[in-house]
Amino acid sequence: MSVQSTTQATTMTIAEAARDALAEEMRRDATVWALGEDLAAGGIFGTYKGLIDEFGPQRIVSTPISESMIMNVGFGAALAGTRPVIEMRILDFALCAWDELINQIAKARFMFGGQTNVPLVVRLPQGIGRGYQAAQHSQSLEAWLVHMPGLVVLAPATAADEKGLLKSAIRCDDPVVMLDPKSLFASTGEVPAGNYTTPIGEARIAREGNDVTLVTWSSLLPTALDAAEKAGAAGISVEVVDLRSLWPWDRARVLASAARTKRVVVAHEAVLVGGFGAEISATITEEIGVPVARVGAPRIPVGYAPILENTYRVNADKILGAIQKITR
Amino acid sequence: MLRIRAFEQHARIGYDAGEIPGVVHLSIGQEAVAAGVCANLERDDYVASTHRGHGHCIAKGAHPTTMMAELFGKVTGTNKGKGGSMHIADFSVGMLGANGVVGGGIGIAVGAAQASRMLGKKNISVCFFGDGAVNRGPFLEGLNWSVVFNVPVLFVCEDNEFSAYTRASTTTAGKGATARAEAIGLETRAVDGNDVFAVYDAAHELISHIRGGKGPAFLYAPTYRLDGHTVFDKAPYRSTEEVEHHRENDPVAFLESRLRERGVETSQIEGMRAEARDEMLEAMDFARRAPLPVEHDAFLDVQIVGAPQ
Repeated sequence: MSVQSTTQATTMTIAEAARDALAEEMRRDATVWALGEDLAAGGIFGTYKGLIDEFGPQRIVSTPISESMIMNVGFGAALAGTRPVIEMRILDFALCAWDELINQIAKARFMFGGQTNVPLVVRLPQGIGRGYQAAQHSQSLEAWLVHMPGLVVLAPATAADEKGLLKSAIRCDDPVVMLDPKSLFASTGEVPAGNYTTPIGEARIAREGNDVTLVTWSSLLPTALDAAEKAGAAGISVEVVDLRSLWPWDRARVLASAARTKRVVVAHEAVLVGGFGAEISATITEEIGVPVARVGAPRIPVGYAPILENTYRVNADKILGAIQKITR
Repeated sequence: MLRIRAFEQHARIGYDAGEIPGVVHLSIGQEAVAAGVCANLERDDYVASTHRGHGHCIAKGAHPTTMMAELFGKVTGTNKGKGGSMHIADFSVGMLGANGVVGGGIGIAVGAAQASRMLGKKNISVCFFGDGAVNRGPFLEGLNWSVVFNVPVLFVCEDNEFSAYTRASTTTAGKGATARAEAIGLETRAVDGNDVFAVYDAAHELISHIRGGKGPAFLYAPTYRLDGHTVFDKAPYRSTEEVEHHRENDPVAFLESRLRERGVETSQIEGMRAEARDEMLEAMDFARRAPLPVEHDAFLDVQIVGAPQ
């Protein structure tokens, strides 16, 4: 946190933390507004609950199911002096607006020769979520986004970071993609009191350890902590790094931890092949030559039936297996 | 219109001479739409344009000198040589960019207008697009959105008969763009897009409607693309006779004849033409002498946070 509060922290869900972040920023800055489907109803995860009452339909805009327009209206509005928060419901639906995000938003600053900033936030809740939603409602595509010059990519995993990073995202003058951890919206955590922000680009040590560094982010954090706990019981001390920002990512903190433990496991919910774990792995190898193991989903769509979905899922045992193998 | 025509002719010369490195889409034959619409706009009104956007830029007040430098890929260009013809933009005059994607400007114009209203401003947005865009999803989404939220935006469909290399009529079902706009509930007008006076009058009426808070509007302006889709398209998919027939309806020639009817001397018109030509020759000269970007420039303006190292 950039600002530590002296008053007491509150326990709240990630969805509540997200809502509070937006409300605080909308109170602070009259040019902040949100657009997306079902926002007047509070959004499908409750992340906009009650905001229509405070801010009205001009600033909490419930839109048609028109993804490319939601994205591009937000873009145009960012060019015209406002700071829109573009809600895409879930990441999978944003694929209907990929032209607007990738061809227009991400490139605008460069393409126009720096004539304009593009201060907007695109919210893309991603991952398997509550489960059994099948292939078009369960994807994790951070690798595509991190690949794209022009975008800032955030992936918080706790209530405190959801709030602090969303506030930073809204204040950022670049287009920020916020990969809300869909499966964790209802999970609770301590949120500091007061008006704090979480700095973009800083990883967090979620658990300290000495034998192996486990780098993870977003929905997989609780699973990673579970695996670290199990490894600890087996005598392996695991340091868990919650990356939080995927672009820019905290190379310094990851490399420092890796240099100390001499072993790294990178785990993400997304498909392993071409995943962002590969970038981290390659960086660690190139920079300090420390061995890295990767854990990710097989390169298959997410199936509906529980056994199919579980085949896709990265669980604590799979991470534990990688930890044991690399420390053997 | 003479300035747009002259700009386009000189862009062609620059391309043929190898001075303009990239693709250029010329709007020769379509000048009346840009001029007739933009003559109704104020500096703080917004325009979103297309890949064929030089005319819209000039009509909105962008400077041909910096525009030409952009086509030449020079650092003094509107976009520092980073965008070229298809992304030419001048935010200082409300020109929010040409666009390399058909229909890409529709949402931008709607969003800018919605933001303006949110900020309590009185300005409006105009979105130009071609006949090809009406078959893309954003056309439906944008028109519907504009009516749902009563956004102050004018959609201008500049139908030049060709969606790239294909006659638009062969790929468009139903009664066409205006009928689609009417079905969604926009105020619509259809005019001869080669008659700058008709375009001006219709746009004036629609823009008054929009500024009066009565909702978005749609202008259909059929015209004809006298050149190929790009500077390297010789347009073999249409006959010379067809093109020659359309040259008889050249909007610049039409304007000149109307001006003469109203008592403007030919010599005055020739004077204006020479002035436009000289302006563009100067723009070419400026562009030629302007410095090129350096390698390091490729790393600038990408983003502020997480910028390339």
